[in-house]
Amino acid sequence: MVYLDNAATSFPKPQTVPEAIVSFMTRVGANPGRSGHYLSVEAERIRYGTREAIGRLFNHADPQRVVFTANVTAALNLVLFGMVQPGDRVVVTGMEHNSVMRPLRFLEGRGVTVTLVETASDGTVDPQDVASTLDTPARLVCTLHASNVIGTVVPIGEISRICRDRGVPYLVDAAQTAGCVPIDLGKDPIDMLAFTGHKGLLGPTGTGGLVLSPSFDEKLIGPLVYGGTGSRSEQEYQPEFLPDRFESGTCNIAGIAGLSAGLDYILTRGLSEIRAHESGLVHQLIAGLEAMEGVTVYGTSDPKKRTAAVSFRIAGIDNGITARRLSEEFDIMCRPGLHCAPRAHKTIGTFPGGTVRLSIGPFNTEADIDAALSAVAAIAGK
Amino acid sequence: MDEYGVILTFSTGHAIRTENVLAKAGIETKLIPVPRHLSSDCGSAVRIKQRDRQKALGILAQNAVSIDRYEPL
Ligand SMILES: Cc1ncc(COP(=O)(O)O)c(C=O)c1O
Repeated sequence: MVYLDNAATSFPKPQTVPEAIVSFMTRVGANPGRSGHYLSVEAERIRYGTREAIGRLFNHADPQRVVFTANVTAALNLVLFGMVQPGDRVVVTGMEHNSVMRPLRFLEGRGVTVTLVETASDGTVDPQDVASTLDTPARLVCTLHASNVIGTVVPIGEISRICRDRGVPYLVDAAQTAGCVPIDLGKDPIDMLAFTGHKGLLGPTGTGGLVLSPSFDEKLIGPLVYGGTGSRSEQEYQPEFLPDRFESGTCNIAGIAGLSAGLDYILTRGLSEIRAHESGLVHQLIAGLEAMEGVTVYGTSDPKKRTAAVSFRIAGIDNGITARRLSEEFDIMCRPGLHCAPRAHKTIGTFPGGTVRLSIGPFNTEADIDAALSAVAAIAGK
Repeated sequence: MDEYGVILTFSTGHAIRTENVLAKAGIETKLIPVPRHLSSDCGSAVRIKQRDRQKALGILAQNAVSIDRYEPL
């Protein structure tokens, strides 16, 4: 089996990830932050240590400003619904995922205005195009860091500085880049970074979060969920401090234990080594696909400007059929269609048919890419 | 005999942060259940030696670690 669907969720995980989950569930098991006994304290140490590891990866100093959520969708919804009011304007790009577009299309019905910054057909965003939308007041700028369809990386550093100059909060959807592409919150003034735990961070599904910069006032976001936090139990009002303000209800602590092991793997192997490994395979894959007659590859081929999500189409063959044949005849896992991102497919001109996406992870090999290339060649040949 | 005090925090997470920051600065700490007479909350507190109090509170302020209060034991 060749797994090339890492942009949907990474697989396999480092063996230490399931081990950490089993170890937590058999050895610790308790609810973090809820009781004074030592198992509960141990659970809280695991959760706190995971916040610290997130901080190390993103160069962010305060672990208490790392809020855990169920996934990046929940983190993005927290900001969009907790912060944006009727009459506000939100700026996004033409490459966003439905986890941003659907909340915003709903909010439009409540009187929110959405401004779309168009991108080039390879997904490239010109930061000046973002800047020129900020001549009129905006509540929020929200962009993804890289397209889940064609992998194009958005210059979030430049956009963050533009937003900071104009005094507009900036939210980044790092679903496709956390753990694959460097993110430096110490250098770039990104107010809010939303991440998911189960893709590049190599953790289990059901983990994710929101990192808030030290200068961002968290009171600008109202909680979406109110309830028990284990802290300040004498009060019937939601605590205002972080991360408890946004973490009501028992968290996925077993999953967080696994995420912690995923982060350890990345920090030990090194992000730049992982990036170099994936870039090499991306180069091999794109070069091979582009050499095939009837195959169109979308997005940039410059490995520095993209992630390891590669979209293509075979002329005259339905993408669903290509994907089914890859799975059933060649044992290759991929994802066809619109990838929860109709907006992005409209931008690159592949709506509604979509593309076939092969997405590489840290455990893929050159042999995996060779297998995928000969399978695509065989399908394109008939 | 050493005399002790406790730093009360808003949550166990804050107590662990307090403990980590102080430990890095070489201050001896111990995470203990919050003494019942000091708070009705059921979480953890950080025990330090009375004589480290000033240094500890200074370090926490420098590192922007928010605490509830200090109480002698
Ligand atoms: C760019 C982008 N945003 C958001 C998501 C949603 O991720 P999750 O399902 O983990 O919330 C994904 C992945 O599907 C994505 O690629």
